[in-house]
Amino acid sequence: MRRMLMLVFGALCLAALPAQAGGRTPKPVIEQARGEKCIAEPERMRREHAEMLRHQRDQTVRQGVRGEKASLTECIACHASRASGSVAARREDFCASCHSYAGVKLDCFECHSARPKSERVGTRR
Amino acid sequence: MTDRRHGGDKSTALPRRRFIGAAAALAGVAIAPGLMLFEFARGDAPAKGVSGKVRWGMLIDTTRCANGCTACVDACRRENGLGFGTRPTDAQWIRKVELKEVKSGRTQSAPVMCQHCAHPPCVDVCPTGASFRRADGIVLVDRHTCIGCRYCMMACPYKARSFVHENLTDQKPDVPRGKGTVEACTLCVHRVDRGREPACVEACRAARHEAIVFGDLNDPASTIARRIRERTTLQLRADLRLDTGVRYQGL
Repeated sequence: MRRMLMLVFGALCLAALPAQAGGRTPKPVIEQARGEKCIAEPERMRREHAEMLRHQRDQTVRQGVRGEKASLTECIACHASRASGSVAARREDFCASCHSYAGVKLDCFECHSARPKSERVGTRR
Repeated sequence: MTDRRHGGDKSTALPRRRFIGAAAALAGVAIAPGLMLFEFARGDAPAKGVSGKVRWGMLIDTTRCANGCTACVDACRRENGLGFGTRPTDAQWIRKVELKEVKSGRTQSAPVMCQHCAHPPCVDVCPTGASFRRADGIVLVDRHTCIGCRYCMMACPYKARSFVHENLTDQKPDVPRGKGTVEACTLCVHRVDRGREPACVEACRAARHEAIVFGDLNDPASTIARRIRERTTLQLRADLRLDTGVRYQGL
């Protein structure tokens, strides 16, 4: 049984290889950010940005702590695309591209504005 | 076999007891400096976030509030991106109420919004803890935890809360809002946290009425505390003893 499973696993690994190397899956597009330096190393940001934002959101909503490092507004200010002015308007935009690649639903922007404060265009309705 | 194992247990019993005693002593030493450090940290670092020493409130002078003027309502809609109140499902955070005494025909008007109670019924009934009262007295909905059950809307005696029925786009960066959650006047918390006044207060002043005073009810030197001390003011539905943060004068 175990040998069988190993074989299946091996076959799956082999099948996955061309997808990675050949580019059947579109890689996330990462546009150069506007700021100079992120609040942490990219490896840490990739893994922990959700935790950082969740921690900060509770502090901001419940205790009124504003202007901290892990701020969604600051993320957007730096990472909004130059073309669309947003982090999630098009599939190539910073948040949307990585989340669609990873297959993780992104629901921040159902409530939060995905545009930097200064670059809001048009009014609602 | 069994004897040997038994003997082994006996030989380790005493050192283990000694070890536990030593560990307890060490822990005692470690706790003491820890406590001291904690005290220092509390004394030196400025406290982050809002303080319970402040109680934000508003005083509405109905003798200055003009009939038909909607400057505060319009400012609220603009500031918070609420739309224009044209559709039945549009949210309403503040409304103008016109009062008429039938006998004399005397009319008065006043804005009514979330009264930011000290004992808010909306917080009592919330099943998820999304409805909460901040330390500085502002009653808010944490829309990250709100499930949209609308119990709070039922519980509020002032009909202050609104439910978002439809998908929204292009929200204000400072005022996130979304479908399926309940919302109400936040006392413009994003402005208050940056040391500014709520948008309705500013708009009322710009319209030259100055009917709304915003300030700290706990600070005896503030304009609002002084005026509440000197004049007769009332709380809406004071019989409910909710200790509202919004007070009315001249009703």
